[in-house]
Amino acid sequence: MNQRAKSFAATLGSVLVTLFGLSVITFMIGRVMPVDPVLAAVGDNAPADVVAAARAAMGLDDPLVVQYWSYISNVLQGDLGQSVLTRNPVVSDIAHYFPATLEMATLALILATLLGVPAGIVAAVKRGSLTDQIIRVVCIAGHSVPVFVLALLGLLIFYVGLDLVPGPGRQGFIYDGMVPTVTGILLIDSLLAGDMGAFWDAAHHLALPVLILAYFSMAYITRMTRAFMLDALKGEFIISARAKGLSGWKVVMGHAFPNVAVQLITVLALTYAGLLEGAVITETVFAWPGLGQYLTTALMNGDMNPVVGTTLVIGAIYVGLNLLADILYRVFDPRVK
Amino acid sequence: MLVDIENLRIAFESNGKRFEAVRGVSFKLEARQKLGIVGESGSGKSITARALMRLLPPQAQVTADRMRFDGIDIQSQSEREMRKLRGGRAGFILQDPKYSLNPVKTIGNQIAEAWRTHNKGGKKEAREAALDLLEQVMIRDPKRVLDAYPHEISGGMGQRAMIAMMLAPNPTLLIADEPTSALDASVEAEILRLIDELVDTRNMGLLLISHDLPLVSHFCDKVSVMYMGQVMEELAAGELAQAKHPYTQGLLNCLPSLDHPRTDLPVLTRDPSWLEEKAQ
Ligand SMILES: Nc1ncnc2c1ncn2[C@@H]1O[C@H](COP(=O)(O)OP(=O)(O)OP(=O)(O)O)[C@@H](O)[C@H]1O
Ligand SMILES: [Mg+2]
Repeated sequence: MNQRAKSFAATLGSVLVTLFGLSVITFMIGRVMPVDPVLAAVGDNAPADVVAAARAAMGLDDPLVVQYWSYISNVLQGDLGQSVLTRNPVVSDIAHYFPATLEMATLALILATLLGVPAGIVAAVKRGSLTDQIIRVVCIAGHSVPVFVLALLGLLIFYVGLDLVPGPGRQGFIYDGMVPTVTGILLIDSLLAGDMGAFWDAAHHLALPVLILAYFSMAYITRMTRAFMLDALKGEFIISARAKGLSGWKVVMGHAFPNVAVQLITVLALTYAGLLEGAVITETVFAWPGLGQYLTTALMNGDMNPVVGTTLVIGAIYVGLNLLADILYRVFDPRVK
Repeated sequence: MLVDIENLRIAFESNGKRFEAVRGVSFKLEARQKLGIVGESGSGKSITARALMRLLPPQAQVTADRMRFDGIDIQSQSEREMRKLRGGRAGFILQDPKYSLNPVKTIGNQIAEAWRTHNKGGKKEAREAALDLLEQVMIRDPKRVLDAYPHEISGGMGQRAMIAMMLAPNPTLLIADEPTSALDASVEAEILRLIDELVDTRNMGLLLISHDLPLVSHFCDKVSVMYMGQVMEELAAGELAQAKHPYTQGLLNCLPSLDHPRTDLPVLTRDPSWLEEKAQ
């Protein structure tokens, strides 16, 4: 018990260190980028004394440590500064754009898990069979082709070629702004508003990006599930389960799978984090108005506060998901207790 | 006749090379009889026992002129019927409870599962049966063990739990594959005595695999000595001293004795001609 508390304290400690490192790195991004935040604020043509005054007012003449301190205390109070482009506080911009990213990534994760875990189990049980080969081939493209290539191919085939899905974006323009924002998740908000038209429109727009991301993640989940299962199926406890007279299916799902479920939690958490993180690329291809696109646009325009703020948030989510995986691991694996 | 095996052969094929691990093993076991199988590591003891329960991986090629358990032809049984035999009429105890018990399931659940597979009854009855079985194997603190995970109990307790699990459906044959080689010497004797008692009171047959020849002969009625996938010699347990085969004599001579201490143990000699004379 004591040891358990200790190892958990160690995990928490490393999380804090990581978060600290993250804050330092994001702070440095803000300093070393070849963008002058003062000019960005006062405009390129401002006279020298105005620039100097603004510079002093922004605290940029202070020593780095002092600047870091004021940065971190602002962050801890939930203040990530203001965006020059949108003229909104970065925090409210993130709150506005994040649900779009979350909706896409979460659906992709669910789909990838529902397909990938069973596929990995079947591939392991029928190792070397035709089924295993087919699953392997299907997955190869998923983890060897970069996701933006898959996305572009997807658009080319299903939008340009077959016209099965609507084009880029999250909503058809007739539905734009029609559903009141409650959660920011369009599928939920449209249902709350009872607007089935908006619901199907959102689902239709989600289909292709979610499929592409799910395919990409499924390849990884399948491969890991297969590897974990192969390992578990080699265990002596599998022989004793069979020696008890259990059916093949009960041996696989009742004895081998519970042994890998815990490892899978970590894989799923990392996949989820990867999906949120990878949004930067996919959202550009699909013109998806999410956090990734917000970040890209800010970056292209030298709008530093959103860049720093978004990086910080994505990094914190990554750390948070890792911590969550660690906690679930402790809850579900009896060997850790 | 409980077990009747004639000319059992097991081969594995890897990278196009065929390796025959068991080459013509035969033995018989009457009901309530105890047969020991001894032999050095790799001589094919475990896979012989697993072949009898059809527990070998699919790449193992198994042939036999005859392989019967309780009059049932093992080779022609469907997988479904085999499942009734496994656990139901023959229990199989493996070497190391650390690996042979499922690490993420409680002992109670694992025993209850064995019971429910072969008996009609609900979860509650199965749990009661599991507790009863744990008491029968004389485990300390059976109520605690019921809800414990394998890593929370000692090796000796784990092996008792394993025995309880395999006794759940009342088998007529108990196969124990080196049931004590992962345990301390003091626990080893206790576990063997427990197995011996249970086999006697429940009128089971016993197939005891080990590499300890004197130990096996102490618990069994007869002993089969295996070497390189063949049976070198079968002896009544009391007649070890009269062993004719040089390999058996070699095994016996290699044992350090307290009565006649000697500084150097002789090296076990092996003669390729032993295998030829059997293969004819
Ligand atoms: N799945 C397998 N594939 C290939 N060879 C195998 C396989 N299983 C067992 N063998 C081989 O069969 C031979 C006999 O193995 P077995 O496990 O029966 O030995 P054993 O007499 O039980 O030895 P030990 O005392 O070490 O348990 C060994 O040479 C082993 O390498
Ligand atoms: Mg063995």
